Amino acid sequence: MEKKTCLYDRHVALGALMSPFGGFIMPIQYTNITDEHNAVRQHCGVFDVSHMGEVRIAGPEAERYVQHIFTNDVAGAPVGQIYYGMMCYPNGGTVDDLLVYKMGDNDFFLVINAANIDKDVEWMQQQMQGFDIRFEHQSDYYGQLAVQGPEAEAVVEEVLGLPCKELKFYTAKTLDVADGDEGETIIISRTGYTGEDGFEIYGSHEFTQKAWDKLLESGRCKPCGLGCRDTLRFEVGLPLYGDELSADITPVMAGLSIFVKLDKEEFIGKEALAEQKANGAPARIIGIELADKAIPRHGYPVLNEAGEQVGEVTTGYHCLSVDKSVCMALVKSEFAKLGTPLQVQIRKKVFPGTVVKKQFYNKSYKK
Amino acid sequence: MATFESGLRYSESHEYVRVEGEFGYIGISDYAQHALGNVVYVDMPEVDDEVTAGEEFGAVESVKAASDLIAPVSGTVVEVNEALEDEPELLNKDAFANWIIKVQLSDPAELDNLMDVEAYKAHCEN
Repeated sequence: MEKKTCLYDRHVALGALMSPFGGFIMPIQYTNITDEHNAVRQHCGVFDVSHMGEVRIAGPEAERYVQHIFTNDVAGAPVGQIYYGMMCYPNGGTVDDLLVYKMGDNDFFLVINAANIDKDVEWMQQQMQGFDIRFEHQSDYYGQLAVQGPEAEAVVEEVLGLPCKELKFYTAKTLDVADGDEGETIIISRTGYTGEDGFEIYGSHEFTQKAWDKLLESGRCKPCGLGCRDTLRFEVGLPLYGDELSADITPVMAGLSIFVKLDKEEFIGKEALAEQKANGAPARIIGIELADKAIPRHGYPVLNEAGEQVGEVTTGYHCLSVDKSVCMALVKSEFAKLGTPLQVQIRKKVFPGTVVKKQFYNKSYKK
Repeated sequence: MATFESGLRYSESHEYVRVEGEFGYIGISDYAQHALGNVVYVDMPEVDDEVTAGEEFGAVESVKAASDLIAPVSGTVVEVNEALEDEPELLNKDAFANWIIKVQLSDPAELDNLMDVEAYKAHCEN
């Protein structure tokens, strides 16, 4: 039985197409994916991303613990700084990709993928031995909205009344919001998963519901489903756990080595990832552009020119912003070089393509 | 809201056949195009290909996913709607006017296994 977010009734009332995702019943689209995609690229869209998981790690050895389980380096970070990175198994395979927010000295807020919440929490708790930390699983408390698009800053400031102009890319702050006699502390960050400027806002269910209502009533922000969240993140080459990252796909294979700090003293998976980086990974995530309009989908075989299978598609679309059929795929490393001719089998036919950079559309972050 | 056209035969998987003499024009219903959302690609067979009732003969792709096209009747493809190659969105504009393939029916008795518009409407409401 899938869980519902605190905005479930609103999605149903809006007539959204609802579908299971990551253990939740989530809105895929309200009108159609193309319109919602374009709203985020051109104006502003709001996503219910309350399905995402949250964990708070605090205590005397919180930083040492985060450094142990996380591939990026949070040492000496200023309060408010956010890091993207992975948790890995000792063999380098990926447990999950996540954001780590530094909320204070030895106080971190971790945002994990919905589909991985149970697995991640179990994994993190298994690694706690010998660390003096407090581990608080907060997924059931927090709702989360992502307000994304070139007009997001103005919408968050003017419609929600939350000052966010001064937030730099990948930084966060807490805000005390009053509501009658009640009040709460929310977290807002300049982050997202669309390749556009935007904000992610974490608060109680009640706060999340009220903020959602204000955003929709304003008419300045289109409700957007997970359908366009996927097309948006795909076009700018952002990975999705389960497609471009998995227990079998390391961050090095996924081309995310920049978020793996091998100069750190120690973290789980370091030796395996260092070995892959030095000697080459067996397979890599690449981009493929097809000459034809046929659409490559997750799991379709990727073939070399001789027709032998050398990999498979991880995500593919007819790219909305550039009007081309493109995909990301995991292929044997000898076929990963830019310009390599490859083919994708789509149902009964085989279509020629070329290895390209896996960013099909340029990000426009406000840094 | 989806519209329905009388005089056609419909399958449970939402294809229709418009029969003209020994030929059948096969397409997807308006209900189906609504459910798919923006159509971005139509994978069609080639002229002279054989299609078999109940078997896949192509696919309609929306942004999100590919949906197989299932032949409602058997026959030989005599024409494909080439306009859909460049403008797949025609299926969203008018699914009944924009048939996908024209076949020469090999077993017209198969038409009796398909639904009339009233039965199809009831099928969609369930």
